[in-house]
Amino acid sequence: MMAQYASILFSMILVNNFVLVRFLGICPFLGVSKKFDSAVGMGAAVTLVMVIAIAVTWPLQQLLVAWGLEYLQTIAFILVIATLVQLLEMIIKKFIPPLYTALGVYLPLITTNCAVLGITITCIDEGYTYPQALVAGLGAGLGFLLAMVLFSGVRRRLEDAEPPEAFRGMPITLISAAITALSFVGFSGVIDHLFGA
Amino acid sequence: MANEAAAKQSAWENFSKGLLTENPSLRQMLGLCPTLAVTTAVTNGLGMGLATTFVLVCSGVVVSLLRKVIPNSVRIPAFITIIASFVTLVMMLVEAYLPALNDALGIYLPLIVVNCIVLGRAEMYASKNPPLASAIDGLGMGVGFTISLVLMSAVRELLGAGTLAGIQIMPSFIEPMIIMVTPPGGFAVLGVLIAGSVWLEQRRARKEGRPVEAAPESPCDGCALACGLNDPASPDCARDAADVLVAKVEAALEEEPRIVRVEVQGEEADA
Repeated sequence: MMAQYASILFSMILVNNFVLVRFLGICPFLGVSKKFDSAVGMGAAVTLVMVIAIAVTWPLQQLLVAWGLEYLQTIAFILVIATLVQLLEMIIKKFIPPLYTALGVYLPLITTNCAVLGITITCIDEGYTYPQALVAGLGAGLGFLLAMVLFSGVRRRLEDAEPPEAFRGMPITLISAAITALSFVGFSGVIDHLFGA
Repeated sequence: MANEAAAKQSAWENFSKGLLTENPSLRQMLGLCPTLAVTTAVTNGLGMGLATTFVLVCSGVVVSLLRKVIPNSVRIPAFITIIASFVTLVMMLVEAYLPALNDALGIYLPLIVVNCIVLGRAEMYASKNPPLASAIDGLGMGVGFTISLVLMSAVRELLGAGTLAGIQIMPSFIEPMIIMVTPPGGFAVLGVLIAGSVWLEQRRARKEGRPVEAAPESPCDGCALACGLNDPASPDCARDAADVLVAKVEAALEEEPRIVRVEVQGEEADA
């Protein structure tokens, strides 16, 4: 039982890493990873929103299925996520000001982050149970955080590098991302062997 | 940004800007998630490009028709609802008529909803221009996006599998470079393609004696814009998404969307 959850958690973090393997959330990955602090803040905010979004959308999907409205999934999910992020922002601002100073800035960015919508739909498609889905959300968020933190370190080095003129800026960043992603390819298969899932 | 002058542009200029000078993925660095994710085979790239084009054109027209009705403060949720409706439509069509493509695109099909290109055009163009111009703008951007997806997937499929659209091209004694169809290959090919487009632009700039510009640092325009915080005219945007956000979040908080009302409005609009 525990092994199953651990398997989902680590496969989301390493094997199916949302950014480096499944290419979800590329915009914030490239946009906010220039500094270590903002990378951690963004990663933590995404993790929080992912778990809460799954906590809400998974029961919602059961309702949609019960009413025969599965085709409304996309519209319902994106609206719920957008509302949720706004609400979360207001709640955190009112009740937990220190957390708001740390994460609040990143919350509006997350509304239309494809990683959040992506994880909610993935959990439905994979047929996860409610606890499994929550664990998957946590794993996807932590995987995003890990990728952001690793890549912020790489980018600091990039600032001193002198690539050919046409490669400056985005192209060299993408090529470094390719090398970072290469390290994650090595994880495929590892989790299955570890947990026998 | 050429938006101010957009109204005066001829239809051809309006269409063709999306192809090269403002190409969504190679120049504006928008919609990078699908650009990287689905481009392992030419058919997938083409399918994704056409699906996005359909959503771009349709949502552009509807957003444009409703541009005077939608209150400014709730425009982003309203746009998202309109876009999501068309994405649902595309999903149904693809599922019914192209099941193989549906399986190949998988989760990336519903994720057109959060593609920065679609929301970006709704916010920056369709909400300020008449329907026909918005349709042409959407078509241009969509075709430009499709071209870059097909280009990207052609390179990856040819090198990674030795085929093009499933037809064997490379002689069989050349071992395919599997790495090209894996995620790292996606990042690398996109990096090289963007560098190529920057190189072409720089060469042209030198010939015409214009100042030579480097590639943008990050796709910050897209993210910030997607949440309605971005002022496209702001020079800050090229610097650092996080810095800009710190300054603008307060302003955005004032615009507390009344989502429930929007939902009703959006649904009516689509009916």
